[in-house]
Amino acid sequence: MKRSRYGIDDSPIFVIDQSRCIGCEACVQACEECGTHRGKSLIHLERIDRATSTQTAPMVCMHCEDPTCANVCPADAIKQTEGGIVQSALKPRCIGCSNCVIACPFGVPKYVAEFDQMMKCDMCTDRTSDGYAPMCASVCPSEALWYGTPEEFRDTRSGSLLDNWLFGRQNVHTKVFTVVDDLAGGPLDALSTATGTWLDDPFGLEAAR
Amino acid sequence: MARPPLDDDELIAKFGPHLNQAPPGGWDAGLQIDKVVQTHCCFCGQQCGIKLKVHDNEVVGFEPWYDFPFNEGKLCPKGVKRYLQGSHPDRLLHPMERDPSAPGGFREVSWDQALDRVVSEIRRIQETYGDDAFAMLSGVSLTNEKSYLIGKFARLALHTANLDYNGRYCMVSAGSGNKKALGVDRAPNPWSDIPLADVVWVAGSNVAETFPITTSYIWRARDRGARLIVQDPRVVPLARTADLFLPVRPGSDSALFGAVLHELIRHDWLDHEFIDEHTVDFDLAAAAVADMTPAWAADITGVPAARIEEAAEIWGTAATGMMLHARGIEQQVKGVDNVLAAINLGLATGKFGKPGCGVSTITGQGNGQGGREHGHKCDQLPGNRDITNPEHRAYIAKVWECEESEIPGKGIPALEIIEEIHAGTIKGLLSICFNPVVSSPDTNFTAEALDKLEFYAVIDFFLSESGQHADVVLAGSLHEEDEGTTTSGEGRIIKINAAVTPPGEARLDWQILLDIAERLGKGEHFHYDNTKEIFDELRLASAGGTADYLGATWERIEAEHGLFWPIPEVGHPGTPRLYEGGKFYFPDGKARFHGIAWRESAEVVDDEYPIWLTTGRVVSQYLSGTQTRRIASLVAQYPEPLCEMHPRLADQLGVVDGDLVTVTSRRGDMTLPANVVNTIRPDTVFIPYHWPGGKAANQLTLRAVDPISKMPEFKVAAVRIARAGGTSVTIDARELHLTEGLS
Repeated sequence: MKRSRYGIDDSPIFVIDQSRCIGCEACVQACEECGTHRGKSLIHLERIDRATSTQTAPMVCMHCEDPTCANVCPADAIKQTEGGIVQSALKPRCIGCSNCVIACPFGVPKYVAEFDQMMKCDMCTDRTSDGYAPMCASVCPSEALWYGTPEEFRDTRSGSLLDNWLFGRQNVHTKVFTVVDDLAGGPLDALSTATGTWLDDPFGLEAAR
Repeated sequence: MARPPLDDDELIAKFGPHLNQAPPGGWDAGLQIDKVVQTHCCFCGQQCGIKLKVHDNEVVGFEPWYDFPFNEGKLCPKGVKRYLQGSHPDRLLHPMERDPSAPGGFREVSWDQALDRVVSEIRRIQETYGDDAFAMLSGVSLTNEKSYLIGKFARLALHTANLDYNGRYCMVSAGSGNKKALGVDRAPNPWSDIPLADVVWVAGSNVAETFPITTSYIWRARDRGARLIVQDPRVVPLARTADLFLPVRPGSDSALFGAVLHELIRHDWLDHEFIDEHTVDFDLAAAAVADMTPAWAADITGVPAARIEEAAEIWGTAATGMMLHARGIEQQVKGVDNVLAAINLGLATGKFGKPGCGVSTITGQGNGQGGREHGHKCDQLPGNRDITNPEHRAYIAKVWECEESEIPGKGIPALEIIEEIHAGTIKGLLSICFNPVVSSPDTNFTAEALDKLEFYAVIDFFLSESGQHADVVLAGSLHEEDEGTTTSGEGRIIKINAAVTPPGEARLDWQILLDIAERLGKGEHFHYDNTKEIFDELRLASAGGTADYLGATWERIEAEHGLFWPIPEVGHPGTPRLYEGGKFYFPDGKARFHGIAWRESAEVVDDEYPIWLTTGRVVSQYLSGTQTRRIASLVAQYPEPLCEMHPRLADQLGVVDGDLVTVTSRRGDMTLPANVVNTIRPDTVFIPYHWPGGKAANQLTLRAVDPISKMPEFKVAAVRIARAGGTSVTIDARELHLTEGLS
């Protein structure tokens, strides 16, 4: 049964909102259940720094318009579908050199020694081509990984969608979106100390009671 | 003679836990699907909808069930991998008797031999020591049908007063508090109310790990601009982005709630009309908090006074609001006090019976809601009736077609049953779906108690650590092997469908109980051809009680994606939101405020035991771990307990991350790796409880209980900690990669 609101003409998008991740690993477990690479989980879930925070961050392939991984592949093994999905390296061509693993600005491709092949998130081609959400975004309990139409996102979620990145002088457009507070708010001041939230001192150790 | 027949290693070698790595046939088998069965996850009271894929009578995979409204396909990691509990090498396939000379310590016997032995021991013990010397312990991972049947079975077939259930360790403080204040034991709201709240206050619930799906409801509220308050000794994953964090010291929740009520009154953030028209005894509650200033509460709770004032302002000035609480405030000797103090905050601000308003427990166990309604408890008859009430007894006697005098009186609660076994007054035990060696407080005492039983029979699908003590093991059924209903944490009755039949000689739980009843000469009360007939009798038995299921037919439950009780007549639409129009479940329709005075926990820190211990769960494991410790990918996520501690405490102890530490309480000690993190109070350590033996956190917890609910105090104990020498190699669970073929 297809999810009607994601009908084929609806052009759903994939969105990552790292701030909502609860680190439960449902995505990691579900990725392993995807029909095209069953038994091999290809999503990344990073614990940022457990000593100081419970922050975790899931990472699927961002599916760049002009994928760096494919550009640096000496064997021309990494292909995009017509829909812009960047696929795992073609098995007969992949020479296991891991250029793609090193070059990807998002750190997505994995070299899988067992198969001597680069494997990566393919946005659950078997599911999305059939009108279903990818496994990770289907199960994600906090909707940190989300699949739906832009209209639906605007109607139900807060934050702005971002698909345009600068890595040094390299400009990267991605098919997958991330969420930022306010796109119109200008650059984020990472060094700002003006916030003053409970997070500065969660247990009130510094503040007088 | 209920001692484990062999040592741990030999038992584990034969019965596990072994780790199921892959679906039947392996990952490469391809998914040949005969049928896809719509049912629900067996892990936790959220009861997420899930589709199980079946091939050749084995569950081989899952598919998200997008159309089930509660979770719309979402699952936590336990739900994703729940299908791997089937087709498991540890699955019990035939009945067994204790036999130290047999491989693994148990020998296969026929069903006739096993059941005859069980029945002869029940008779012998009851004739020698009296009927109540044979007890039964049950659990609420069972369906409503089985829970109801067990209530009837214990009373009419075993004729014992001493039946209780493991919800005693989970939901009873919330249940008692709700009954005392609101007149009925059910979550007041459907979860669809959460997104309508302007403030969501999560008190003592690590939602991200124990009820992950609820996170999405909270974010839907936040997307509308709702503010989030989290009250917890740890910066749990949900707290990380909260608007306000209340880092409460374990066991001090009622002081915090008292100070908030104090502030609501001081600032007149009260709904006077609601208080006047729909409640009584506000003056008692107000008098109790007259001196509970934020400064006073700050000293007790460790929460800065300014944050208590801010919490009161956010809650008191919001038009709508929901408070969600769970075991953090409930598993205390003040569990009922804490729940009543929380409900006071809802009543004082009129936050009941309206969209986006309520103070609600989050039910923990799979059928934690339904399993606590229909006679599963030591003091209860179906429909949430009182076993000491003559009218209630007479009604149930009519439904059961027995004399009222045949129904035993009130029994003793779960922990007391274990204590009476230890004391030697209870001599025989039948248990199902309960692993007290892991889940009861004071593990060493519990194991000693089971050893003292003259006879112990268990019905189970894996040999749990408690089952290792059994004289007879009856191979029962898994969740996906039987049909019935459960009632989710929302109060929504839902349909559980069978995907496969029990393997080998294993049998359906309810058929085993029917056979025992027959052999005890009580067969006339237990004529059922299927579980639907049991449910139809449950509907009748519940009619007129507070938990009224009369109008809930299996057909409607399935067609309407669940029905919310009370549903007192056929055709009734059900009751998603309770207390609408300010009508509470008392004869006068008014809710009760309670005056909650401050008192300390049963055990407080001192010079000898200077550190607070609190226990809980991790996302990849479920309760005593009987199921989830057998699924490789879930074990890999968090393979063993860690002792979470703040760097300040670690510095005092001379401990760095990964060092082994010995944690000692007045009950026992355990050695485990330290996990040094900034996300816990410096005076408190946290240890998850899912493991047995030397890894059991309950070695440290105490057998003190709430005076009303009889809930043990799992959340507060005093410990001391010392370096044990040595370092753990698996401190980062995610660095433990299990290789293919490891079994």
